[in-house]
Amino acid sequence: MYKILLRQDLVPDIHLFKVEAPAVARKAQPGQFIVIKIDEKGERIPLTVADWDEQEGSITIIFMEVGATTHRLAQLKGGDFVENFVGPLGVPTHIDKFGTVVCVAGGFAVAPIKPIARALKQAGNRVISIMGARNKNLLFWEDELRSASDQLIVTTDDGSYARKGLVTEPLQELLESEKIDRVIAIGPSLMMKFCAKTTEPFGVKTFVSLNPIMVDGTGMCGCCRVSVGGETKFACVDGPDFDGHQVDWDLLMARQRIYLKEEKCALEQWQAQAGHHS
Amino acid sequence: MAKLNLNREPMPRQDPKVRGRNFNEVALGYTPEQAQAEASRCIQCPKRPCAEGCPVGVDIPGFIKALQDGNMPEAVKILKSKNSLPGICGRVCPQEMQCEAKCSLAKKGAPIAIGRLERFVADWERTNQEALDAPAPLPQSTGKQVAVVGSGPAGLTVAADLAKLGHRVTIFEALHVAGGVLMYGIPEFRLPKGIVQNEVNYVTSLGVELKLDSVIGKISTVDELLDSDYQAVFLGTGAGLPMFLNIPGENLNGIYSANEFLTRVNLMKGYRFPEYDTPVKVGRKVAVVGGGNVAMDSARCALRLGADEVYIVYRRSEAEMPARREEVENAQEEGIQFKLLTNPKRLLGDKENWVTGIECYKMELGEPDASGRRRPVTVPGSEFVIDVDVVIIALGTTPNPLIASTTKGLETTGRGTVVADAETGKTVKPGVWAGGDIVTGAATVISAMGAGKQAAAAIDAYLKES
Ligand SMILES: Cc1cc2nc3c(=O)[nH]c(=O)nc-3n(C[C@H](O)[C@H](O)[C@H](O)COP(=O)(O)OP(=O)(O)OC[C@H]3O[C@@H](n4cnc5c(N)ncnc54)[C@H](O)[C@@H]3O)c2cc1C
Ligand SMILES: Cc1cc2nc3c(=O)[nH]c(=O)nc-3n(C[C@H](O)[C@H](O)[C@H](O)COP(=O)(O)OP(=O)(O)OC[C@H]3O[C@@H](n4cnc5c(N)ncnc54)[C@H](O)[C@@H]3O)c2cc1C
Ligand code: FES
Repeated sequence: MYKILLRQDLVPDIHLFKVEAPAVARKAQPGQFIVIKIDEKGERIPLTVADWDEQEGSITIIFMEVGATTHRLAQLKGGDFVENFVGPLGVPTHIDKFGTVVCVAGGFAVAPIKPIARALKQAGNRVISIMGARNKNLLFWEDELRSASDQLIVTTDDGSYARKGLVTEPLQELLESEKIDRVIAIGPSLMMKFCAKTTEPFGVKTFVSLNPIMVDGTGMCGCCRVSVGGETKFACVDGPDFDGHQVDWDLLMARQRIYLKEEKCALEQWQAQAGHHS
Repeated sequence: MAKLNLNREPMPRQDPKVRGRNFNEVALGYTPEQAQAEASRCIQCPKRPCAEGCPVGVDIPGFIKALQDGNMPEAVKILKSKNSLPGICGRVCPQEMQCEAKCSLAKKGAPIAIGRLERFVADWERTNQEALDAPAPLPQSTGKQVAVVGSGPAGLTVAADLAKLGHRVTIFEALHVAGGVLMYGIPEFRLPKGIVQNEVNYVTSLGVELKLDSVIGKISTVDELLDSDYQAVFLGTGAGLPMFLNIPGENLNGIYSANEFLTRVNLMKGYRFPEYDTPVKVGRKVAVVGGGNVAMDSARCALRLGADEVYIVYRRSEAEMPARREEVENAQEEGIQFKLLTNPKRLLGDKENWVTGIECYKMELGEPDASGRRRPVTVPGSEFVIDVDVVIIALGTTPNPLIASTTKGLETTGRGTVVADAETGKTVKPGVWAGGDIVTGAATVISAMGAGKQAAAAIDAYLKES
């Protein structure tokens, strides 16, 4: 059992948990993830480590309510427990001195990108971060990401806050105006795909964090297989970071839809049980 | 002396039509009368060939004698002194190739049903705890600590044996339950999970500490374990990496490795979705590629989930199938269709990326190959398509590279297995032993337990010296 030390609601559908897991906190590195399972009947789902505190023995995760498991997770409060919490899994993001690095975060991915930006900055890079959300109400951690970066650009799709537009627009401008040595993009698959498309003509290495469906997260099932450069990889052990220019995006997105029907059924059942109206 | 009875007591089983739609155990187990009748067939021959056939050295004639005498606690005691997991072994060991193959009666008729009797004794123990003597007190602690990585049959056996010798043992397990393949691979209808957990509880009752959710190589490395509290480490991490066919179309939706399919069904209880949260696709037409026990288990799970048609697609003929005869027969009785001498060429899909068909070649048997089995050869121009909506690839597994890649100084083979001494399990790395599927590649429960027993003895000797 792992205790939820703290819960914060960042925006209505996105929540932060600090979970007591000292052994994981000792080892966590930027870009890694954990697998969480709420209880006996729960599903195993992967979430990126958004932060860790070795002294406190805690791992911070941030999740968006999208389906049955994340809705169930959102019912938990500080002081509650989850049954399983495994990590840190996956290969850490490659941190080195590259020069100027652009970190792009879409939606909840501000959380996973923050420790990466921080580590890159500590490694001596100039870090420019771009964070985007659909509208002002979905933005969080602006100050956190600003302090982890040298420069921050914020966008909203509808222009309700800061710059109107998609994250790819300032990315394009940066690529045109100065020498960028590396781009790291995390967020919804479509957003990562378009970031990779934007950087490709400039020949700038672009790393993305893939989010296929997973079960164990340790390389024993192959559920998370993705195609990169024409080769099949297991995202949980070979990734989750991959060269965005080599990823077969259509395959990734098709495989994310395997359980659409079942996910809908599970969500409806959960809503009926919880007497919940979404 | 009574006349030899050459016919064994049949095992009561669920009707094939009924069991094909439920996940309850297929073989129901002997009644006390049936067990008594079967045990009484044993002639207690002085040569005891059966005991030689047992990789963990169970005193088989001894426990059968106790059964003949109606002394159940004694039968339990004899069995458990050598085998910490009899409820499991009685159900899944290939006795027909081991103890039962050596039985003196096997020359004339049916050998004693040793596995079924073993199961009977284990099941009796589980439901008659009050009739048993209190367990022997744990020996005084030696103050030595051993880390066991992996809680499959190899790890559980090492842990139990070392704990009985007074060493402090901690098992680190990557998954959220202990048991290894016994929990995530072998289905409920062959090996109820309650039985596995019962045997795991026995191991922890010996004082063994179980740390779940602990992936060694991530949360700590083997070297870190050796540098901290542990004087010795045993690697029992199995062979958990699934192999694929490497043919076009293999990443289509609806194509599972047997590991994924069985994990979703057994470990995550996907057959009870949506009561349990993990979904699994219930195919209408399901093809399972492979001819081993894992293929049979996958096919029989798919049927029980509700598939209309389930095919086994295997490139050789029935005679070469590596699966246990009994499991092939069970599958056939339940209506699984065998497409033999058939080899997949590629997988076909629709524009949504869903698998729709499996294109296969017809095969012929040629000259014997390295394994001694006749090699299948493609019949040119014989391609045909089987319509399917779910495909399960059950070609076998190799060890997960995580341990080898994070441990300095381990020797591995080209197949990814860890090199260890056949008698003791000792690896070339000081303080590290290994056994079970991580050393042999995918094998059997009992061979993993046998390796665990040998390693426990070797580790004990090492700890006494150090
Ligand atoms: C390496 C990795 C890191 C991730 N990090 C985060 C994070 O930090 N914060 C966050 O909010 N989300 C993260 N995700 C996504 C998160 O795992 C899914 O949102 C979650 O599993 C959805 O579960 P659900 O039951 O609520 O939704 P469902 O209704 O079951 O599914 C909604 C969508 O989520 C995806 N999904 C479903 N089950 C799984 C699964 N077992 N594994 C992965 N994806 C699944 C599917 O594509 C599906 O279409 C990450 C995914 C991966 C692979
Ligand atoms: C579907 C199926 C059916 C089978 N049927 C039979 C049968 O009928 N009879 C029979 O005798 N055999 C059968 N087998 C084979 C048998 O189950 C295996 O040979 C046996 O389980 C091997 O035992 P093991 O202890 O070596 O490894 P496993 O049982 O594989 O256990 C290894 C454990 O180590 C854990 N682990 C792996 N890596 C790490 C890590 N880095 N850190 C921590 N933990 C880790 C795994 O999660 C797992 O729990 C079957 C196998 C399968 C897959
Ligand atoms: S999630 Fe099972 S292998 Fe990656």
